Amino acid sequence: MSEASNRRNVNNLHIPEPKNRPGTTPDFSDLHMPDLTSDKTHTLPRPDALIDAYETEPLATGLVRVLTLDGCTKGPWDPKLSPDVLREGLRNMHLTRCVDKRMFNMQRQGKASFYMKSLGEEAISVATAMALEGTDMVFPSYRQQGLLITRGYPLRDLMCQVLSNAGDKLEGKAIPICYSSREKGFYSIGASLGNQMSHAIGWAMACAYKGTDGLACAFTGEGATAEGDFHYALTFSSTYRAPAIINVVNNQWAISSFQGIAAGQSKTFAYRGLGYGLASIRVDGNDFIAVYAVIKWAAERARRGGGATVIEHFSYRKEGHSTSDDPSKYRAKDEPDAWPLGDPFERLKKHLILIGEWDDKRHEAQEKELTTYVRDCYKEAESFGTLATETGINPITMFEKVYEHMPSNLRRQRQESGI
Amino acid sequence: MSSQKTGLKQMNMIQAINSALDVKMSQDPDVLVFGEDVGYFGGVFRCTAGLQEKHGLHRCFDAPISEGGIVGTAVGMGAFGLRPVVEIQFADYIYPGYDQICSEAARLRYRSNGDFTAPITIRSPMGGGIHGGTSHSQSPEALFTHISGIKTIIPSNPYDAKGLLIKAIEDNDPVVFFEPKRLYNGPFDGDHTKPVESWSRHELGQVPEGHYTIDFEKARVHEEGNELTILCYGTMVWVAEAAARETGISADIIDLRSLVPLDLDTIVKSVKKTGQCMVLHEATRTSGFGAELIAEVQEHCFYYLEKPIVRVTGWDTPYPHALEWEYFPGLERISRSITQMMEG
Repeated sequence: MSEASNRRNVNNLHIPEPKNRPGTTPDFSDLHMPDLTSDKTHTLPRPDALIDAYETEPLATGLVRVLTLDGCTKGPWDPKLSPDVLREGLRNMHLTRCVDKRMFNMQRQGKASFYMKSLGEEAISVATAMALEGTDMVFPSYRQQGLLITRGYPLRDLMCQVLSNAGDKLEGKAIPICYSSREKGFYSIGASLGNQMSHAIGWAMACAYKGTDGLACAFTGEGATAEGDFHYALTFSSTYRAPAIINVVNNQWAISSFQGIAAGQSKTFAYRGLGYGLASIRVDGNDFIAVYAVIKWAAERARRGGGATVIEHFSYRKEGHSTSDDPSKYRAKDEPDAWPLGDPFERLKKHLILIGEWDDKRHEAQEKELTTYVRDCYKEAESFGTLATETGINPITMFEKVYEHMPSNLRRQRQESGI
Repeated sequence: MSSQKTGLKQMNMIQAINSALDVKMSQDPDVLVFGEDVGYFGGVFRCTAGLQEKHGLHRCFDAPISEGGIVGTAVGMGAFGLRPVVEIQFADYIYPGYDQICSEAARLRYRSNGDFTAPITIRSPMGGGIHGGTSHSQSPEALFTHISGIKTIIPSNPYDAKGLLIKAIEDNDPVVFFEPKRLYNGPFDGDHTKPVESWSRHELGQVPEGHYTIDFEKARVHEEGNELTILCYGTMVWVAEAAARETGISADIIDLRSLVPLDLDTIVKSVKKTGQCMVLHEATRTSGFGAELIAEVQEHCFYYLEKPIVRVTGWDTPYPHALEWEYFPGLERISRSITQMMEG
């Protein structure tokens, strides 16, 4: 006792805790968020793409928005997208949502080992894919299937990958959702979080080295910003002024750890970019139009030689981390519905209806059309096999693609295996 | 081996490595070199000296002190289609890049089913004998030979260093290329009390100036003999030669050069001929590459072996600074082991 009272250091070990645990009423007052009811978030300036990185500080601490919660567009970041582009965005988000639903149910039926939904985060990947050139390489994390879907990757191929069956282009080598498509500019996903951030910067450096017009667009969740790889990516992109976009999807949860575990005392994840001399922006990740506008800005900056931009997409993970997760164990049950920035799909729909370019009837028709399409694609994918039946993967492929040419030890082992 | 008819030049191992990089950078605009201090300065061991001046700032440049970032960006460049050659200043400092090597470079081809590959070369000086203590002397090759998807190469002389490095750069798989730094300036035989012998009059210091390659999975028979097979690589090749000379044994000294992929045929042929096998490495013993060699030899040559296989290695301790030569499996220890083995 006397020992304790004589301490000169007043600190106790600080362990951050979220406000919303099971049984509590959702309360987001501890998040560093501007007042959403004021116009402030819609008056953040849209500077020239080659502005000095440090001048982006208000964008890194604020929140860039275009769509108001009542469905209007407002402010200098509004890219004035045509109704056709907006409807295309809505459709891609809708399709992503339908695919997720189908894949989730299929996993629950025991036909696949694993799946990860992107519910509530679709605007980020769909708007990014639409704002970039098709030749720009994206280095996704595991919750950006919207990129692949928007770029027109055949759904059957995507589903076969999740099923790890004979139709899987990766021949069942990677776990579900670790897609790869060079053709669609979608880098092979590895499950070591953060690792591929530096690959993106290497790719961007190669774009510059070869004098191409391309760029690399990397993704990480907010949790993996604590990995050294995030630091490597920001350092190298700053040093070599790499044409890259570094996206941090802050969906508030890294499995069961709330964002404060990675954020510590930081107010925003975007702010971290400023320390590296990189342009940094926080955007409402549930605002399709704002995400589109910010990605366009960052792409322009990269292509004009301004280097990389760090973008924090402020969003919310409405589902569990994966099919293996049960979020009711660690967060308030109605937290997803209480998220103050709403749902990205519903918000875009509301906007389109408000401007007279969409209606419930068309929406229902689209729902029906996409559900049927996804079901048909799935039926075809399932015909190649499932975990519950036979995957149909030829065992001999196990020894292939380890190296370009099979070395003698693998040849001997293949022989030994009897395959 | 393929070789163009070009003039020979006497080179030490540093010059041979430099020449390999120069030849490839001249031939292929997609080859670029980066790492800590490799640019203007030319590397702490001078392996990249003059390359920036000759090939341009953007083709040979300094990297931040970030081995994870160096390997990670190289993987991305490789996936794009470039052929980066990166230097990790000391093998002791490769560990921050280890995750990138094991989880990414080694896995990219497999997990993407060939959609993306990492044709990168990671060069790094290894081994002791330069008063480097715990932090500048390690031989971590076994940590890499255990990982499928990468190749691990260790040359023992200038001629091999150049041919193997060019091969590594041209290879479409990731290659970890360890350079025994005690051999940079001469064929060190393990006796540190003698003056340093240089490559300047050595046959293996005669290196073609142009392009040539040495195939992987092809060991080099350093010396032919019929009483004992000595399996070794890197610095130990020269210690083995000296020990054989000192003990008067007629030894087949096999310089493995390529640990993965391994030339098992040459090993098996030799052991079947001599009936006795000794395995040498400078790295620590437990789970070292010697264990793998012994397992393969007993599996493939058991009925030809007249005696148990003997291994002489570094001790299972960190590399001590003051007791470097007590740690190092030098001439005396190896000679003694050979004598004991032959008498036993």
